[in-house]
Amino acid sequence: MEHRQRGPFVTTGVVTLGLLAALGACSSGGDPVASGEVATPRSGGALTFAVLSDPGCADPQQVTSLDAGYWARQVVDSLTDQNPQTGEIVPWLAESWQVSGDATAFTFVLRSGATFSDGSPVDAAAVKRNFDTLVDLGARASTGIGYLRGYKGSEVLDGNRVVVRFESPNAQFLQATSTFQLGIVAPASLDRSADERCAGVLGSGPFVLERYAEGEGVDLTRRAGYAWASTLWDNGGEAYLESARFRVVGESSVRTGGLQSGEFDAAAGVSVQDAGTLTANGANLVVKTNGGIGFQLAARNDAPIISELPVRQALSLAIDREEIASVNYVSGTKAATSIVSSATPAHADLGSQLRHAPDEAKRVLDAAGWTAGADGIRVKDGKRLVVRAVWTNGAVGNKTLLELVQQYAREVGIDLTLVEQDQATFVESLGSGAFDVILTTVTRADGDVLRNTFSTKLTNQFHVPAGGLDDLLDAQAAEPDPAKRAELLAQAQREIVDNLYGIPLVELTTVVGVSPKVHGVSLDASSRLRLHDVWKDQ
Amino acid sequence: MRPGYVMTRLAQAALVLWAAWTLSFVVLYLLPGDPVRILASGGLENPDLDPARLAQLRADLGFDRPIALQYLTHLADALQGDLGRSITSGQPVVEVIARAIPVTLPLALASLAVAVPVALTIGLLANAVRARWAAELAFSTPALIVSVPTFWLGLVLLQLFSFRWHLFPAASTDSLAGLVLPAVTLGLPNGAILGQVFARSLSQTLAEPYVQVAIAKGLRRSRVIVAHALRNALIPTLTVLGLVVGNTLAGSVIVETVFARPGLGRLIARAVTVQDIPVVQGAVLLGAVVFVLTTLVVDLLYPLIDPRIAHTAPAGTRS
Repeated sequence: MEHRQRGPFVTTGVVTLGLLAALGACSSGGDPVASGEVATPRSGGALTFAVLSDPGCADPQQVTSLDAGYWARQVVDSLTDQNPQTGEIVPWLAESWQVSGDATAFTFVLRSGATFSDGSPVDAAAVKRNFDTLVDLGARASTGIGYLRGYKGSEVLDGNRVVVRFESPNAQFLQATSTFQLGIVAPASLDRSADERCAGVLGSGPFVLERYAEGEGVDLTRRAGYAWASTLWDNGGEAYLESARFRVVGESSVRTGGLQSGEFDAAAGVSVQDAGTLTANGANLVVKTNGGIGFQLAARNDAPIISELPVRQALSLAIDREEIASVNYVSGTKAATSIVSSATPAHADLGSQLRHAPDEAKRVLDAAGWTAGADGIRVKDGKRLVVRAVWTNGAVGNKTLLELVQQYAREVGIDLTLVEQDQATFVESLGSGAFDVILTTVTRADGDVLRNTFSTKLTNQFHVPAGGLDDLLDAQAAEPDPAKRAELLAQAQREIVDNLYGIPLVELTTVVGVSPKVHGVSLDASSRLRLHDVWKDQ
Repeated sequence: MRPGYVMTRLAQAALVLWAAWTLSFVVLYLLPGDPVRILASGGLENPDLDPARLAQLRADLGFDRPIALQYLTHLADALQGDLGRSITSGQPVVEVIARAIPVTLPLALASLAVAVPVALTIGLLANAVRARWAAELAFSTPALIVSVPTFWLGLVLLQLFSFRWHLFPAASTDSLAGLVLPAVTLGLPNGAILGQVFARSLSQTLAEPYVQVAIAKGLRRSRVIVAHALRNALIPTLTVLGLVVGNTLAGSVIVETVFARPGLGRLIARAVTVQDIPVVQGAVLLGAVVFVLTTLVVDLLYPLIDPRIAHTAPAGTRS
């Protein structure tokens, strides 16, 4: 079945999303250069970047953590890139593409001249092998195989044209090709085992992975002759920096202290406590809202008490999201106005539903038969209104976030019991459904994140009842037209926020502290660092 | 030293290693988490895990077999020197640990280089100085130092010597200067513990009749300490030094986290968090080896310091 697609092509080349232009409002953060005088970028120099954690593996296709993204993004190029302001998908390694009308076949036309760092060409065969082997990696590449769900196979049409086919509609795949988890790795690396690949892979990116030392970090060097930059980057040629070191520094005070003393040029994971000190000392903060689902208290929707909609409504109405955003997070962090963040294409503003109205919360509980008990916690049929909130200390500010929510809940008579778990136990609780509500967040600059999280046809970790939401989530997955798809996703958001299957709290922001000597730091649509355009004073 | 003694020591060593290895295996399996799920959910970023894929990965890693079988296979491999592969990084555990040792070993040695002079100073000050207040101070310093959390001590040292005065780097693993602050952070509390034991033991020795005789003969107190008392006072100190060396590995968990050093401590902390069982077991085994070796070295040193001790009795007991 070569050269034949099912259905008409809906999108050709660069997708234009008029509807998403409004997303320009998403906080793409203060580029430090923009605030100062416009200086001429200087080539050369070494950058030291402090990150929080080590994924234990140096293969971009096998890592998922936000921290790994800082360096993994620099090593591989992707077929496409995504405009962080508009959500629009634009050319990178692929100069154009076509999506079949039923969103099951994606044909990419690769640009010519791009090579991996071992000199081999980035061609259609390499792209096909990447997707084929990624599926074989299985759960080790959990993010990537999620994007490739229903992968049927790829077909090389000629040297620079490849078609990727799926069993069922998979509209999100186009955006997925912009992520580093689907970044294209050299065939020489694909020949190696998953374990061997963890020691490092070859890519075609603007930087070459020179050395990975578990627990210590990653050293990158500039790729000589790089000339296939994303169309979104300022600089079309080689990266400015000669090299970059990513050091794993777990302690937040050491990251910020080292940034102030000049030991680090940039540091990830800046807390609200450190932000003031840093800016007072001349450092700049690059702040960007992550696409996807921000911090939410996802409910176990079939558990006693929390499965009652009035309880979820009251909990939601009790929460002052604006206060959380301003007190607990770096300036620029926004209160949740939908189940997906404002930086997600297709975000629908449902802020009025997520208002702070404690009196209304009390009325809702009264009407549902939850009456005030002796100690201020409400009671119904002899049962106290206790909600068990499971969480792990995986992100800056999680503890204080939940303590705030606990206070709000208590004001309306809900006892939100906080259960802190280590990462291992947390993952287990999430998998087994051992929670009433659980604090989660998923970064993904595409609305399909809702299907992964709430569709009852997938893992359905939150035990959402099957119904109309599934149809909406399936329909958006089959809709290749971005505008129509955004409308379906808006309906899905309404359905989720109406039913509060998860209670949105605050958007997740990526905050990078940057030395005043360093310029051009920005984050892409998936909140990953764009190192290519970064340069450093002498 | 008789051959029987050597055999006993070797058998004891083997028993300690096996017990440590087995215990770590049991404990890790009793913990509620699931290493396979943790691996697949890396960084908590991907909540949607396909059960079939998980089962496949579980089988790939051998976690689908009965626990007893897993234990026996791992044990058989371990006996042949194969400690398996890290679940997270896929690298052989022996290599992972071999890479971390050169980071922790200099730290451990440097911390001892800090601890021993600190201990000697405390012990001598407490006993040799005439001024009562100075001796009191020397006696109470150890308690003060030990009560400071290592974590906090490290952060304070960083704030002052690295961030404020720029004297030492905060997170440098490839320079000698980068070793100073972590070594002090790890060495000070150990030095304090040692110093306390040394000070007590020295003052007890000084109260012994033979020392009193020496003093009565008109020898100077400092000469008595150096020539007569020191040697005897060192015996209990040496026993504690053996324990302190073992403690260094535990202390490195905190120190290496604060100073961002990719050594054994950090490796253990990370491996425990993600339940990377082979790595934890490898590290526990190494810890047990270090412990067995230090105890052995200390035992062998006893007769050199005090010829009255001979190796006829079980380890550590004085004849």
